Amino acid sequence: MDINILRILATVLSFVVFVGIVVWALSHRNDKDFQEAANLPFEQD
Amino acid sequence: MSDKNMQPTVYNDTVVRQFSIMAVVWGVVGMLVGVIIAAQLIWPELNLGLPWTSYGRLRPLHTNAVIFAFGGCTLFATSYYVVQRTCQVRLFSDKLATFTFWGWQLVILAAAISLPLGYTTAKEYAELEWPIDILIAIVWVSYAIVFFGTIAKRKVKHIYVANWFFASFIIAVAILHIVNSAEVPAGWMKSYSAYAGVQDAMVEWWYGHNAVGFFLTAGFLGIMYYFVPKQAERPVYSYRLSIVHFWALIFTYMWAGPHHLHYTALPDWTQTLGMVFSLILLAPSWGGMINGMMTMSGAWHKLRDDPILRFLIVSLSFYGMSTFEGPMMAIKTVNALSHYTDWTIAHVHSGALGWVGLISMGSLYYMVPRLFGMKQMYSKRAIELHFWMATIGIVLYISSMWIAGVMEGLMWRAINTDGTLTYTFVEVVKATHPFYMVRLLGGVLYLGGMVVMLWNVLKTASSGHPTDAAIPHLVAHA
Repeated sequence: MDINILRILATVLSFVVFVGIVVWALSHRNDKDFQEAANLPFEQD
Repeated sequence: MSDKNMQPTVYNDTVVRQFSIMAVVWGVVGMLVGVIIAAQLIWPELNLGLPWTSYGRLRPLHTNAVIFAFGGCTLFATSYYVVQRTCQVRLFSDKLATFTFWGWQLVILAAAISLPLGYTTAKEYAELEWPIDILIAIVWVSYAIVFFGTIAKRKVKHIYVANWFFASFIIAVAILHIVNSAEVPAGWMKSYSAYAGVQDAMVEWWYGHNAVGFFLTAGFLGIMYYFVPKQAERPVYSYRLSIVHFWALIFTYMWAGPHHLHYTALPDWTQTLGMVFSLILLAPSWGGMINGMMTMSGAWHKLRDDPILRFLIVSLSFYGMSTFEGPMMAIKTVNALSHYTDWTIAHVHSGALGWVGLISMGSLYYMVPRLFGMKQMYSKRAIELHFWMATIGIVLYISSMWIAGVMEGLMWRAINTDGTLTYTFVEVVKATHPFYMVRLLGGVLYLGGMVVMLWNVLKTASSGHPTDAAIPHLVAHA
């Protein structure tokens, strides 16, 4: 395989993964988890 | 491990205390060397005619001391402090954590001796010779084991966002250091880079810019995500934004390095690629700044009487300023004016003194009293004094270097109608003189603030006694 095909695939795949992360982060399914995580520094003292 | 009574009851705060104290000490040392070389640029005779104190040897000593000794010790201290408290477990291995402290101090000592002696690889921010490089790699892998080991045995479900930033900083710095330090030894303190020509330059600035991106940005954003919410006493503004800007930062930073090599032998398309990614980088950078700033919403009044919070928030405004300036300077046409001038020095110090320096000081002021069983620092007025000395120092430093830089850029490119240069190089050097004086004054103020901090920290340490915080019994509700 041409090295350039590999490079293009890696770039496109990275972008798709990033878009996936954004969609996941913005979905309201995670509201409760994110709120719990955001309060972790306050779980003690 | 199996017996519940054998579980440790307190956090390992010994190593945090050690790194915190040394961060302040190395801060004073590194900034003092900075002041000396700033003075040498005005009065070159200040090298006293000695090779060991010449500018070319002291300048890497300054950068290594402030970045890796002051900044590094702060990152070790804060990451160990934060990862234990947000995972609610003691550090993974006390022995290995102790080793990272002594190992890192040995690296700093080796740098402080070898750089003035003239041993250097001549790679900016990676000057240390190969035996020291190997020691750095060993300490860093130990650091990774301690940090990720602690994450792995956490008692809570989630990994707090600050730990994501610390984790990316540890992994990225390991990769950068090992790849960029690939070299062929030619004697005990001499080596040649494994790369040649423009590839060597590109590897070096891939390393250099990501040292900025992961050592000086991601690591310190980790600090921001714990200490700003703690000091403001409210959770981070948007956890969602923190995830999005974290991953945006990870995916873009790695590509921005070529902007250090505009108009060089580097292929033109690579330069343009670096420029475009540097411009995109504005978004994730400002995501972090906005998230930190907005955490203050509804609590802005606290800035009035809380100098520690002021350190943290003013730090964020310098972060916002320098991450706006950076992408602008990465534009090739702007870079044609700014490159090789003192504008770059202004930009670097707005990030280093403003963002990295102030957030380090703020987080150290938060931790030190707690580490010594005190309610607050020995002197709150000394914190106030430090804040104003530092802030005025930064403003003097960066505004004088901005003016000097733009002036240099304009004078260098000025040409007469017959095409000859209007100014000789030495005329430009002479014109910078008053601005170098103002810069020195700013540097002296900033260093003075750090000396006040050292006094305050030592007073706090001696009036309290070393205290290790107890691990809470209650596991966070799942």
